[in-house]
Amino acid sequence: MLDRYDNNSVSLSATDLYCERDDRVLFESLSFAVGNGDLLQLAGPNGAGKTTLLRLLAGLNREYEGDVSWQGEALQDVFAEYAACRLYLGHLAGIKRALTPIENLRWLVSPWQAEAGIDDEQLWQALEQVELGGYEETPCNQLSAGQQRRVGLARLDVIPAPLWILDEPFTALDVYGVEWLEQRILQHINRNGAVIITSHHALQNIPSLQRLDLGALMANRRGGAA
Amino acid sequence: MSLVTATIRRDLLLAARNPGEWLNPLMFFLMVVALFPLAVDPDPKFLARIAGGVIWVAALLATLLSLDALYKADVDDGTLEQWLASGESLYLLALGKALVHWLCSGLPLTIMAPVLGLMMALPNDAYWAMLLSLLIGTPILSLLGSVGAALTAGVRSGGLLLSLLILPMYVPVLIFAASAVYHAGLGMTYNGQIGFLGAMLALAVCLTPFAAAAALKLNLSR
Repeated sequence: MLDRYDNNSVSLSATDLYCERDDRVLFESLSFAVGNGDLLQLAGPNGAGKTTLLRLLAGLNREYEGDVSWQGEALQDVFAEYAACRLYLGHLAGIKRALTPIENLRWLVSPWQAEAGIDDEQLWQALEQVELGGYEETPCNQLSAGQQRRVGLARLDVIPAPLWILDEPFTALDVYGVEWLEQRILQHINRNGAVIITSHHALQNIPSLQRLDLGALMANRRGGAA
Repeated sequence: MSLVTATIRRDLLLAARNPGEWLNPLMFFLMVVALFPLAVDPDPKFLARIAGGVIWVAALLATLLSLDALYKADVDDGTLEQWLASGESLYLLALGKALVHWLCSGLPLTIMAPVLGLMMALPNDAYWAMLLSLLIGTPILSLLGSVGAALTAGVRSGGLLLSLLILPMYVPVLIFAASAVYHAGLGMTYNGQIGFLGAMLALAVCLTPFAAAAALKLNLSR
């Protein structure tokens, strides 16, 4: 595992984003940038558009106006390079319940496997790290919801992507899991990586935290217009 | 290992863990063909005339039965989202999915068919034609079906919709394949029909993964 990411490896910027869903404006004239060492937390009430914005930044949602660029070029033009540099963890982790954690993890890391030289040894260690030691060969449908989440999170230890995009990663985790994940995020920031996260969880211990409150943002806009 | 090969491996592993999913359509295939002589007429001369058609209709319906699940689980558990996020070619992934589907449905159907031919008093001359038509025809069914499965993956109980979408596209395959077996049984040449099936397969390999990939993107990029 590398110690530090290169200083220019993360440069994601959004300019003048506008997105509506079912005739409701989720956000408008939204601009921000994420660079090395940044932690951006998207906050707001349920339905404020956090996941929509996150999927948009991950390059999965294309129904928006405005520009998202990676290293100065439009996201869709450099999507393959972008995909290799960012790790996306959605609501659904892509876990097959009939397979064991190790088999699932092998699939999850496969896009990076050849380039990063990830071997099985690392995967076993990563599962150990997320407290799944001893459960490696148990089918996931016999694991608890929190343990299944951990299978998805075990990726964080193996995939060498400088930008993490995490959608509610604290869901279903117990206190130790939450603590582990907070530590892991802090460590990633200290390594000069970047994290964009949606969470209702208060991430207090991280100094470089930026919060983008979608609910408050739109309330201000509406207040200003009235 | 790239995502495409990893996905093929994982799907085969899943098939090995849940044999019920691909054995069910095979059992259906077996039962339909086995019931025909009981219900219609056990006279071998009569059966020999309809054998090719019955086997092909049963194979087609068995394939249709197994298609519904092709992409549904992948949409529900987030696998598809990871695919899309990976930036890898969706064309190759869709082709891989169709390949796995064929390995778990078309190939076992083809292997089982000679036994059913025996039950249906298939003329000796027609065995090669039947095997050849199934070997070339069933991959077409998997490829065409993967487009329908991709389109209906996000729809609750899209099984009926899938059948309505796909069945018309299956008809030409059925006509040429059944005709090849029938003509072989009469001792006539069947190169033309097999040639047509081959052309359809080539076209399906080239084009259907594009359509399936576009349908999958449509399903998720909202």
